[in-house]
Amino acid sequence: MATVLLPRSLLALFPGVERRHEVAGDSVAAVIDTLDGTVPGLRDRLVESGPRLRPHINVFVDGAPASLASPVAVDAVIHVIPAVSGGA
Amino acid sequence: MTRVLLLVGTKKGAFILESDADRRNWSSRGPLCEGWPIHDLIVEPGSGALLAAGGSPWYGPAVWRSEDVGATWTHSSAGLTYGEAAEPIKTVWSLSATPDGGLFAGVEPAGLFRSDDRGATWRHVDGLTNHPTRPTWGPGAGGLILHTIVPHPTNAARTWVGISAVGVFETRDAGATWEPRNVGVRAEFNPENRYPVTGQCVHKFAMAAGDPERLYQRNHCGVYRSDDGSETWQEITGNLPTDFGFSLVAHPRDPNTCWLIPLSVPEAGRYMPDGRAAVWRTHDRGASWIRADEGLPTHDAFLSVLREAMARDTLDPVGITFGTSTGQLWHSSDEGVSWQMITDTLPEIWAVESVVLDG
Repeated sequence: MATVLLPRSLLALFPGVERRHEVAGDSVAAVIDTLDGTVPGLRDRLVESGPRLRPHINVFVDGAPASLASPVAVDAVIHVIPAVSGGA
Repeated sequence: MTRVLLLVGTKKGAFILESDADRRNWSSRGPLCEGWPIHDLIVEPGSGALLAAGGSPWYGPAVWRSEDVGATWTHSSAGLTYGEAAEPIKTVWSLSATPDGGLFAGVEPAGLFRSDDRGATWRHVDGLTNHPTRPTWGPGAGGLILHTIVPHPTNAARTWVGISAVGVFETRDAGATWEPRNVGVRAEFNPENRYPVTGQCVHKFAMAAGDPERLYQRNHCGVYRSDDGSETWQEITGNLPTDFGFSLVAHPRDPNTCWLIPLSVPEAGRYMPDGRAAVWRTHDRGASWIRADEGLPTHDAFLSVLREAMARDTLDPVGITFGTSTGQLWHSSDEGVSWQMITDTLPEIWAVESVVLDG
């Protein structure tokens, strides 16, 4: 099972959801789909039509920048991090 | 006891201002909706739930819902998509309740969605997107946005929508087909054809109280009234100081009265003309306009009021509120004659809605 760490600003949208999740899936897309089964609506917050990751959402698999198609190893650690973006 | 709420959508979240029927002292709560940019707020008839429309630069579009007057919120964007191969939806710009218990949401890029489960899920009203003129639609300065939805009060088959730089459309078959409704409306930015079928830059429109065939329209190029359900429009800009502005609200009981805030033309800054704040109203269907500035700053007031940032309540006398793009919220409890500032420290205000709760 991969370990997924969600950002606090995302958790605020889903009261009661924990930051850390152990999730099955062999790609970033599969992991997000699995998480969406546990946290309905979570996929919509991270993925836009395409499908692709939203422009200001970064996903790192074992420290490397990833896309939805990126493979995920059984013991991978996945960080979901909002981009440093925006202005005033 | 009567509670009066002002639901305020800003660039940095929703806020709720609350007062009693006197509307003199206000308390404030917020930011709500996790600080998301909020373009519109409404109250769902029947349930009294608050709904907020917006979109996060990080997390995308959603409609928020609160069933405890804003204390807690949930959100959903299930179904708010044109499909995997199409352009993503950036944000939700407008909400409206239908007379048969549904909800409409207008989005960017321009399109219409409907929910029949109180906003839990949405489905695309593709009859509008499939209109033959769709390939010609282009964005205005604010984007390609469906910002105004006016359902007929009793006939659920009829609805009007407004899209910036595209115009007004009406459906009479519950969204299956749509007709452009822009006859008589100028498009000065289109010199080869000032009166095209579509391409008019509607900024806001509202239905006259008790007369669904009468509509008032605030356009980029003037102010208009229709007396035939939008099939034709006649200009009523009259003695207004400019023909530009964004906001317009109609009286809740008098079909001859509405309020608006003229702004200097886009090339001159889009603020209140000469830096003198004023709200204008008509009591005769736009035949003449009356300027009011009592309580408002009369010099160095370079204020702008965006399309959704003006609202009226249903009390007698009617309360009028407007919010500025620099975070000031102004209120009149005497039908727009005199004004007091409620706050000047909110973020950029995009939307205001007035709600009266009894009991």
